[in-house]
Amino acid sequence: MTLPRRTHPRPLDIAHGRVDLTHGGGGRAMAQLVEELFIAAFDNEALNQRNDQAAFDVPAGRMVMTTDGYVISPLFFPGGDIGSLAVHGTVNDVAMAGAVPMSLSAGFIIEEGFPLADLQRIVASMAQASRQAGVPVVTGDTKVVEKGKGDGIFITTAGIGMVPPGVAISGDRARPGDAILISGTMGDHGIAVMSQRESLGFETAILSDSAALHTMVAAMVAVVPGIHVLRDPTRGGLAATLNEIASQSGVGMLIEEALVPVRPEVRGACELLGLDPLYVANEGKLICICAEADAEALLAVMRAHPLGGDAARIGGCRDDSHHFVQMRTQMGGMRVVDWLAGEQLPRIC
Amino acid sequence: MCLALPALVTELLPDDSAKVNLGGIAKTVSLALVSGVAVGDYVIVHVGYALSVIDPEEAARTLALFAELDQFEAEPA
Amino acid sequence: MKYIDEFRDGAVAHSIATAIAAEVDPARAYHIMEFCGGHTHAISRYGLEDLLPANIRMIHGPGCPVCVLPVGRIDAAIWLARQDGVTLCTYGDMLRVPGSRRLSLLKAKAEGCDIRMVYSTLDALKLAQSLPQRQVVFFAIGFETTTPPTAVAIKQAQALNLGNFSVFCNHVLTPSAITQILDSPEVRELGTVKLDAFIGPAHVSTIIGSRPYEYFAEEYQRPVVIAGFEPLDVMQAVRMLVRQINQGRFEVENEFSRAVTRDGNEKAKALVAEMFELRRAFEWRGLGLVPYSALRLKAPYAAWDAERRWDVPQDSPPDNKACECGAILRGVKKPIDCKLFGTVCTPENPMGSCMVSAEGACAAHWTYGRFRDVEKSE
Repeated sequence: MTLPRRTHPRPLDIAHGRVDLTHGGGGRAMAQLVEELFIAAFDNEALNQRNDQAAFDVPAGRMVMTTDGYVISPLFFPGGDIGSLAVHGTVNDVAMAGAVPMSLSAGFIIEEGFPLADLQRIVASMAQASRQAGVPVVTGDTKVVEKGKGDGIFITTAGIGMVPPGVAISGDRARPGDAILISGTMGDHGIAVMSQRESLGFETAILSDSAALHTMVAAMVAVVPGIHVLRDPTRGGLAATLNEIASQSGVGMLIEEALVPVRPEVRGACELLGLDPLYVANEGKLICICAEADAEALLAVMRAHPLGGDAARIGGCRDDSHHFVQMRTQMGGMRVVDWLAGEQLPRIC
Repeated sequence: MCLALPALVTELLPDDSAKVNLGGIAKTVSLALVSGVAVGDYVIVHVGYALSVIDPEEAARTLALFAELDQFEAEPA
Repeated sequence: MKYIDEFRDGAVAHSIATAIAAEVDPARAYHIMEFCGGHTHAISRYGLEDLLPANIRMIHGPGCPVCVLPVGRIDAAIWLARQDGVTLCTYGDMLRVPGSRRLSLLKAKAEGCDIRMVYSTLDALKLAQSLPQRQVVFFAIGFETTTPPTAVAIKQAQALNLGNFSVFCNHVLTPSAITQILDSPEVRELGTVKLDAFIGPAHVSTIIGSRPYEYFAEEYQRPVVIAGFEPLDVMQAVRMLVRQINQGRFEVENEFSRAVTRDGNEKAKALVAEMFELRRAFEWRGLGLVPYSALRLKAPYAAWDAERRWDVPQDSPPDNKACECGAILRGVKKPIDCKLFGTVCTPENPMGSCMVSAEGACAAHWTYGRFRDVEKSE
């Protein structure tokens, strides 16, 4: 590990210091912040070059690139924070193409007055998530905006990865007769975040499911390279994501309410708030749509992975010119599972 | 709006409130609109207040009525 | 979840459905109005209509306090939010309801008004205590279930001598609404709306008891079954009503006996009676002016009445001409009968309250049931 080079006689006062406009000014203060906070935490070969860009050799083949913005409030929640979420979310977007993630970039827009202690906590969390996923943050950027012009901190990311040969996963590839699988329980992240908010006052900790899914995806693709669709049901939950895919692929869907796994505490919280778990965000789950013949094999792979223990088949795709996503309820009656109208929660991703 | 749910009273608190539990979620609600609530009772909770106490015998009776098939049962309220 | 899961058992639903199918008279139709928005929601969300025989027709009633609040009162709430120093607190349901000129509380919030969503009147009270420099106004809506919580908050404000807390009161009464429907020309004279029976509201009844419905059963000769909100409660209530109709009875039966008694919650009723009095008349969206149907604070509590603290506008703008919310609330029309349904008026872009509130007939039908319209037309 390279030791941070001292650009300033006194180290950052993490305990009591706050971000101020000089930290974004491009001068010594900013250099110190980058050095002692960011580079020290992320610490990898490309980043340690200390250039404004990262240079690396690219393997031959098909590359994917994704970008994301993280504006979640509150910044810290049970099971994660804006930093770990940023890593997991970006890695997952790459993984949903069936690609192996290579590296990430991270841009920080910080509000004047933001406590350095919180910033360090977030960066440390990001660095840990990045190390655990094996996907380095190779380049970054820092800006500071005036007090009142930014909600604490925003993080923007980009991620790149390589698609293995023979893999062509895309939202328009679902076909009538395909099976719809999910990797685990629905609604954990959204409820965990809501539980932090004062007005709700929930006293039981429900943990966000925020996690990097790329190793599970790699195992799935190794067994069935011909997977049709992968997508993670983030904002808007399972309902929104299924509707997107139904629309993109031009199919209808039928799922069974009884087969969708939901933790009892999440169900309880949803009851209390009048929410439907189908519409609540997830950050460590995926939807997989595949040919019927591949469903059992893929379920086995997911269930064997630490993040896929509760994987389940919830239904299938069918011919429907209206692209309705329908659900057979626990009662045996039918209903449509539509997109959610409007914003259910302010900024949970 | 009509969101009201049965929750288990787990602890009585000062200030005419109680801790209740619904499916593993703990919440604090006001008991200002009910009386004689004890730990172990189930109450119907609406917008932060307990509105009534569930009668376990009546609940059992209702479930039993669901199960009956062809009997004529003309019992007014 | 106890007292919830047992009442959602799919197998039991199936057996009740079988029992209903066996009991209905195939030669007639049964028109059952579920008064309460919570029941409308349960029926749609669980697809219960699929479990009922075709000759049972469920009619959605006006029991959704969000849906029946007239445009003028929403405008008034926005007006209050715009007053200097006012922080308006509201239940989430009201945020997107459109008032005049397509304004809503949510849009007013985006414009800069201090509007906060709360889950309980006690939250609004706490806010008033923590913001002594602001005038906190609570936008109170709801039927008899929600009125006692407002009463408790005002009592506490009085005990705390809180001068910066007040309530904009729009509490309405269930029996008055039922009377309006039963007395409406379509029901009484013209017979265009056939109504054979009512499913009575669940949680309103925990407060008012089953006694107030005895008047309707007797006077209008229609059976009433008070039902809980779980799907099995609704199924069982339908079964009990079918039986009464077949037997020519018109009694009040209580399916929700685990939470409702004949006299209801005396403590809550006494508190409300102490603090509120009847307004001589109140406008309901779709029903017009209904006498003795709404509440306002009594004189000793005037200090906490937003309408006495400010000169709140009492305008009564009409609804959008093409909006059929009124007819839909009375059960005269169905959502698909409205020209705006699904075209201009959707949950993303609601024109009237039936589409905004999750319990409104139009929102429920759009969100859960519109695939049936397609099936019918194909």
